[in-house]
Amino acid sequence: MASEDVKLIGAVMSPFVMRPRVSLNLKGVEYEFLEETFGSKSELLLKSNPVYKKIPVLIHSGKPICESLIIVQYIDETWSGHSILPSDAYDRAIARFWAHYIDDKWFPALGGIARAQTEEAKNEAIEQVFTGLKLLEEAFEKCSGGKPFFGGETIGYVDIALGCYLGWLRATEKLIGITFLDETKTPLLCHWAEKFSSHEAVASVMPETDKLVEFAKMIQAKFKAPANK
Amino acid sequence: MAREKGVVLLDFWVSPFGQRVRIALAEKGVDYEYKEQDLFNKSEHLLKSNPVYKKIPVLLHDGKPICESLIIVQYIDEVWSDKAPLLPDEPLARANARFWADFIDKKVYECGTRLWKLKGEEQEAAKKEFVEIFKLLQGELGDRKFFGGETFGFLDLALVPFVAWFYAYETFAKFSMDEECPKIVAWAKRCMERESVSKTLSDPNKVYEFVLFLKEKFGVEY
Repeated sequence: MASEDVKLIGAVMSPFVMRPRVSLNLKGVEYEFLEETFGSKSELLLKSNPVYKKIPVLIHSGKPICESLIIVQYIDETWSGHSILPSDAYDRAIARFWAHYIDDKWFPALGGIARAQTEEAKNEAIEQVFTGLKLLEEAFEKCSGGKPFFGGETIGYVDIALGCYLGWLRATEKLIGITFLDETKTPLLCHWAEKFSSHEAVASVMPETDKLVEFAKMIQAKFKAPANK
Repeated sequence: MAREKGVVLLDFWVSPFGQRVRIALAEKGVDYEYKEQDLFNKSEHLLKSNPVYKKIPVLLHDGKPICESLIIVQYIDEVWSDKAPLLPDEPLARANARFWADFIDKKVYECGTRLWKLKGEEQEAAKKEFVEIFKLLQGELGDRKFFGGETFGFLDLALVPFVAWFYAYETFAKFSMDEECPKIVAWAKRCMERESVSKTLSDPNKVYEFVLFLKEKFGVEY
């Protein structure tokens, strides 16, 4: 079978980039990974994503697709094999809803911890992360129906949406000394996190927690430097 | 508890997000019950149907809630697939439609709100940004009849409800969409020729009055 022209512009540390990588792995699609250097943007990236100038960008036969979850849906619709979105329309709406919530509310709360200027703001962000995890634990129970993943027997859309943040969740736990994925609070998510991380489509593209911690410290040092605002 | 059969929409009259859903339902010819919500005194029904965000629109199909306007529209498109397809068939075109609809969601309403909330330099900055947003959208439209090409579709529906807000934005921030983005204004007129759109969009004067009301209640989220 002729290999398709599939390229992915991204970076190993990015949770957003990890999403299409897991999706392509699940579909067994080979692709060329074009890694961006942190701190600069390639001509190809600027040309392929003129609106946001951000990674990931999937380039399929020369045509760019942007925004990680839109890329995931594109991958699901283009290549057969493993189904990422559920087959039932209502289940699809629920999956899209939780993926939206995760990006719209939950991950910004996690990011808010590092960005917090005051102790109060930091604690509020931490609280929001915990509240979100409780909601997601309930969502997992409903969506999984007793099976290992949000998608049921196999990795699905919400698994990818949330699972790709696990590296950064663990890194944040190390940086601030708080356990977010707590067996006593969210046992289902704890179990799911292990299953997701060790899955063959995921393990090779999940960044190491320690490397993320180093990376985070490096960025924090850069921003704290008394240079421009 | 027995689930209520049929289609129910929890909505707020002037919401552009709710209007996306109403246009989709009209395009598909779906019968539904419209339930106007008081956003300053939210009903149990709304809070129970959308516990995460507590926002409208919420579509209930045989009692099962679906939230987030673009997710609802995709649901409607997939369930009532026999007529008026909203999203294109082809994966690349679908990705493109979703990309621009997401762009609209990220940018238009928030920037528009700054147009009437702020004054002076901040308002000028918001105005510049607003025009840039629509110039980008105008570029995407090109010389086509609709964003969907020859046929009205997902992206047209995602954007068109905001057209009813142009008069309010123009009046408060002192500019003209017709001057800045004439192709968008022309596109809007073509959309208004469709009954699903003309019967759904709010009267721009009523939107203006509503924004005046919000200005008095500045800072109250709805």
